[in-house]
Amino acid sequence: MSISRDQVLHVARLAALDLREDELDRLTLELGAILDAVSKVAELDLTDVPATSHPLDLVNVWAEDEPHASLSLDDALANAPSREGRLFRVPPTAGPEVTA
Amino acid sequence: MIDTLRLTAEQALGMLERKEVSSAELHRAYLDAAAERDPELHAYLRLVEDGEGTGVPIALKDVISTKGVETTAGSKILAGYVPVFDATVAARVKAAGMPVIGKTNTDEFAMGSSTENSAFGPSRNPWDPTRVPGGSGGGTAAAVSAGLAPWGLGSDTGGSIKQPSALCGNVGLRPTYGTVSRFGIVAFASSLDQVGPVAKTVRDVALLTSIVAGRDVHDSTTVDHPEPLRLPEGDRLEGLRIGVPKQVADLAGIEPGVRSSFEAAVELARELGAEVGECDLPLSFDYGMPCYYLIAPAEASSNLARYDGVRYGPRADGATYLDTVERTRDEGFGDEPKRRIMLGTYALSAGYYDAYYGQAQKVRTLIVREHAAAFERFDVIATPTSPTVAFHLGDKAADPLAMYACDLLTIPSCLAGLPGLNIPSGLSEGLPVGLQLIGRPFGENTLFRAGHALEQAIGFDTVPTRLAATRDETGGMS
Repeated sequence: MSISRDQVLHVARLAALDLREDELDRLTLELGAILDAVSKVAELDLTDVPATSHPLDLVNVWAEDEPHASLSLDDALANAPSREGRLFRVPPTAGPEVTA
Repeated sequence: MIDTLRLTAEQALGMLERKEVSSAELHRAYLDAAAERDPELHAYLRLVEDGEGTGVPIALKDVISTKGVETTAGSKILAGYVPVFDATVAARVKAAGMPVIGKTNTDEFAMGSSTENSAFGPSRNPWDPTRVPGGSGGGTAAAVSAGLAPWGLGSDTGGSIKQPSALCGNVGLRPTYGTVSRFGIVAFASSLDQVGPVAKTVRDVALLTSIVAGRDVHDSTTVDHPEPLRLPEGDRLEGLRIGVPKQVADLAGIEPGVRSSFEAAVELARELGAEVGECDLPLSFDYGMPCYYLIAPAEASSNLARYDGVRYGPRADGATYLDTVERTRDEGFGDEPKRRIMLGTYALSAGYYDAYYGQAQKVRTLIVREHAAAFERFDVIATPTSPTVAFHLGDKAADPLAMYACDLLTIPSCLAGLPGLNIPSGLSEGLPVGLQLIGRPFGENTLFRAGHALEQAIGFDTVPTRLAATRDETGGMS
């Protein structure tokens, strides 16, 4: 099982990673080797086995619907790289570059 | 003078109760020890000079949010991030009076087995600074063994508490999944992450567990232990049934010195009255690793999607929003988180989900069942914690699969959500060997009992030989 460079590029887009060319080359090799190792799980016939998403038998947790104190606006914005008033400031989400 | 190299948390507590020392003096003694020895070891990412409290000081792994103290999880993408709230476990140790000594080094986002993946440089093993302290919690383990903290809290996804404790020669517990709050912990793989203690003795580990464990309204996956956690006392093991997986005998990667130390510890348990037998965990040994390296990266790719340079952390500027996010993530994440994000994203992507993540979740079910079957006949499962003693820095750094294999023995019980305790079983080539004891869900008291009795019988000196020697030459505290 190997993975192509094009597939790696596609996954990088899904993961919102702007990988450099050398990273793409290296990850294509590394992910191929790792996928070879983990593909071992495909050997088992698990048709009738249920999936485990969580190791404990969880039950729903109920809570009273009561208001309580939360972070202040200044606390919530304290670590923002860029702030404008009561908002996180970011570059435009659309522009000539993204319409292509 | 306070000899932080030997002082256990329980002894420190006794000194506080007898008013022989103040909490502030203890805190200062650990900071002084760090000033002396941490330039070499780099166990801490940062020290807290003004730690306040009335109790025994503590070190916290840098994945644990501490209000007002930078918390980076060993990643550049969180450089400068100062939490505005305490993680529940941080709040609980503070409420118990413990001043924080500092934040300990970790592989980036707790991904690794050596701390070499920390964006801020590796930590080093107090027994031999040319070797790694294990990971991801190598900073905490190194700090405890070098007397830079009496105890600390780490986090464990696939072995990040137990394996560093094994490599540094101290005691570490991964508690039953869900018994310790993860609120305020930098998330890695949510169905696996668990917070737990590291200390010099099993009793210290039991005490710290009892302080941090229990239901938390901020983490809906948390539960209370069905019975109170107890400090272990006895030195006999009559009535305890210990299962040794027969797969251990055939596992090629276990070093001879590790194997002989493990076999001696099992024999000792028998002499203490335990009944030792063979159990069978074939799927766990064959499929645990591949299962883990699908589930953990898949969950990591989801958890790490939040690092976008919008709400916190450094931002790399781009022309558009998407540009900014992609550049921030490429510049902010190191190689290992990128590998896992990519692997996890692929395993979750359309067309591959069933074959990878879905299949791994089914394998996980078999691993849970296999352990449950073993626990019908046994109270504890014993294996070596790490197949090797501490390795040299750089030995595995270029080969991701070699590094992943470090957790071969710790991973299966993590997938099953079971508690696991590491205690030192002796030395091989002058380096510590760890014994892993796995318990039933909520079986911490049984692990404490077994670990404590074995610890007394083994009589391992947790002070690294080279530090003890330095001490003898200089005639005591510096």
